[in-house]
Amino acid sequence: MLATSPPAAGAAPDLLALIGFSKSFAGFTALDRVDFTLKVGEIHALLGENGAGKSTLIKAMTGVVARDAGTMRLDGIEIAPRSAEEAVRAGIATVYQEVNLAPNLSVAQNLFLGRQPTRFGLVREGEMRRRARALLAEFGLSIDIAAPLESYSVAIQHIIAIARAVDQSARVLILDEPTASLDAQEVEVLFAVMRQLKARGIGIVFVTHFLDQVYAICDRITVLRNGRLAGSAPVADLPRLDLVRLMLGRELSAATGRRPPHEARAPSTAVAAFRGLGKTGYVVPFDLTLRAGHVVGLAGLLGSGRTETVRLVFGAERADCGAAQVAGQKASIGSPREAMALGFGYCPEERKTEGIVAELTVRENIVLALQARRGALAPLSRREQDAIAAKFIRLLDIRPPDPERPIGLLSGGNQQKALLARWLATAPQLLILDEPTRGIDVGAHAEIIKLIRDLCAEGMALLVVSSELDELVTYADEVIVLRERAHVARLTGAQVEVPAILAAIAEVPSSASPPVRAA
Amino acid sequence: MALRLPRIGTSQIVALAVILLANWVVSPQFFDIRLQDGRLFGSLIDVLNRGAPVALLSIGMVLVIAMRGIDLSVGAVMAICGAIAASLADSHALPVVLAAALGAGLACGLWNGLLVAVLGIQPIVATLILMVAGRGIAQLITEGRIVTFTSPDLAFLGGGSVLGLPTPVVLTLGMMALTLAIVRGSALGLMIEATGGNPRASALAGIGTRLITVAVYMWSGLCAALAGIVASADILGADANNAGLWLELDAILAVVIGGTSLFGGRFSIILAVVGALIIQAMNTGILLSGLPPETNLVVKAVVVLAVLLAQSPRIGGHLAGLGVLFSRKKP
Repeated sequence: MLATSPPAAGAAPDLLALIGFSKSFAGFTALDRVDFTLKVGEIHALLGENGAGKSTLIKAMTGVVARDAGTMRLDGIEIAPRSAEEAVRAGIATVYQEVNLAPNLSVAQNLFLGRQPTRFGLVREGEMRRRARALLAEFGLSIDIAAPLESYSVAIQHIIAIARAVDQSARVLILDEPTASLDAQEVEVLFAVMRQLKARGIGIVFVTHFLDQVYAICDRITVLRNGRLAGSAPVADLPRLDLVRLMLGRELSAATGRRPPHEARAPSTAVAAFRGLGKTGYVVPFDLTLRAGHVVGLAGLLGSGRTETVRLVFGAERADCGAAQVAGQKASIGSPREAMALGFGYCPEERKTEGIVAELTVRENIVLALQARRGALAPLSRREQDAIAAKFIRLLDIRPPDPERPIGLLSGGNQQKALLARWLATAPQLLILDEPTRGIDVGAHAEIIKLIRDLCAEGMALLVVSSELDELVTYADEVIVLRERAHVARLTGAQVEVPAILAAIAEVPSSASPPVRAA
Repeated sequence: MALRLPRIGTSQIVALAVILLANWVVSPQFFDIRLQDGRLFGSLIDVLNRGAPVALLSIGMVLVIAMRGIDLSVGAVMAICGAIAASLADSHALPVVLAAALGAGLACGLWNGLLVAVLGIQPIVATLILMVAGRGIAQLITEGRIVTFTSPDLAFLGGGSVLGLPTPVVLTLGMMALTLAIVRGSALGLMIEATGGNPRASALAGIGTRLITVAVYMWSGLCAALAGIVASADILGADANNAGLWLELDAILAVVIGGTSLFGGRFSIILAVVGALIIQAMNTGILLSGLPPETNLVVKAVVVLAVLLAQSPRIGGHLAGLGVLFSRKKP
């Protein structure tokens, strides 16, 4: 047993204090002077959208990445771990969403991996098992510790990982999205363990994107946005709406301009319509109609089902129910190739892993989709490729304007423009953009938003996922709000305003109040 | 991240030149070429001729590796196709013999391709199956014996000559030209490089990555079949136990020496063939030098290490730094 003093509410001393943490990667600022304080026996939610800097902050405080600036004190003593191991020795342990243990080894072996009790260099199996049983008993877990770790559910594996972390004399426990793959009952088991650790005076940093869980168990909330501290407050002082605003809200920058008034437009022809499209365990069936010259925005928190929705529409994930109509004809979309043949284009959120081919040139990346649609046997001549690349480099102002540069050497914003060019080269009827302005500089933001408006004016149908609500309302004709993998609200015309979207995202899901269904 | 500007293959060409010069030092007649009975003879021609099977294998292997795959079965496929060719040579016309052997190679490639692309088995495991089973199949075809033949038609493919060059060299050049025409003449080359560089992005861009995967394994099988035919034609028989033994490793080595990353992406067919020639030039050089042939493998390892170090971005940077140092010292 480690900590002895029970936490006195409000007056608990600081356990861990980070001051002025900064980190940048190749010119991109991931963390900008972030402060963070964790008290003894506190469960502290660390929230933020993708790219807000949560992972970087955790990595910086556990020594996985070297921070550029900032000091860290544990119990008032300055520490500077240079690796995860040093952090563990100092008393800061981390359990990641993907349990970093050996699934093929036994539970006991996993608990004591690398620190087995030994005698004369030999592992004392009996002693190890006895201690493993005692350790798990503290967490109310009586399982066969000789069985391989993989024979247990993800929830149990998480508790085992936590037990291992706490047993290594942890004062601070960081849980990085531990509940992402757990069901409601398993979450309760995990919460019970967390409450027990809290009672022992251990400080817990809890990363999640489920707001219900934040309000169920946390004492304090810290929100990061774009690498900066957006706010930190006790849970009681931060109602849902304010929290969502902290996470998503952004001062309307001059670059994006104000939204032009929504004129009532006659509904144009439907480019594509989906009825009851869905996939079990992926996204709840939804209806969606995309019209020429209209932008449909998808809003919601991380993990709410936005990306899942567009992947079903593009056939990147196969739907198990629902029907699609494209240009009035019944269509089946089972793969990106089929979606492309129907005139769809899709710029995914994960630019590096799903978008660019880093070692190929800008020219090759731009012509890739058009070439794929023509087929391997109808190659674009080098002259045609050069012409297409030159046209889009000029049109989208891709910098440096060198078509033969490997695209991996370009900045994020220019990579994004080249990916847009890849799809614009195919002259799509429907363009799907997933977080088109994430991780790019302010100048490129404004250019991409202008491009979205221009494409819309030219009659293209657009489906845009964006966490930048202030930007979304400037170009979207309709916004669909998602929560917990379901489409919960549809806002059109004058309803497309940031407060309305925030309200729909933040609404407490309960059987008492019916979901908002604006027509 | 290993981002390279377009390569020109300097390190490979230099390596080949250095090895050829070393051969000339140990054997002054190395570059002597004479014409005899309408055919060129000499150590240099010998390097090309002996290097033909591995060069053929590397032409197929480079495409597979560019797709982030690997084909361990090519040596065994050589044995299968060589056995088929040798068994049929005396009883059937040459076109039938070739069609049967090349068809078998394509079928082997199809098997590998389906395991990898459709069943999603890791390439190293998927092709290991045929690597092991293939030699058994070849032994079944030859019924455990060393099959010999007398057909002059098939023998011509191993020992004959066209325009003074040994037939295996001509076949290799032909295969290289055909592969280049197909891969670089169509958009396949771009699609292979894109898929190898980022499979998920390529699939989302609408590239039929599965079909291309199957196609490159089939092409590798075809190249292996041709190498097997050449090897059989050369010895006027088929030895299921030893034909193509361990040559898959030489082919992989040739591809890697040729600068294609085992992580896929950019590839060069010509440099892979240069890699095969580097390996053969070393083998020939050691034989000519009178060193015991046992040293061959050790010397090979050292040369391979040297070429790879020269290509490594980390070491290459230091070498460039040294170059700067020296150039500054010079007035």
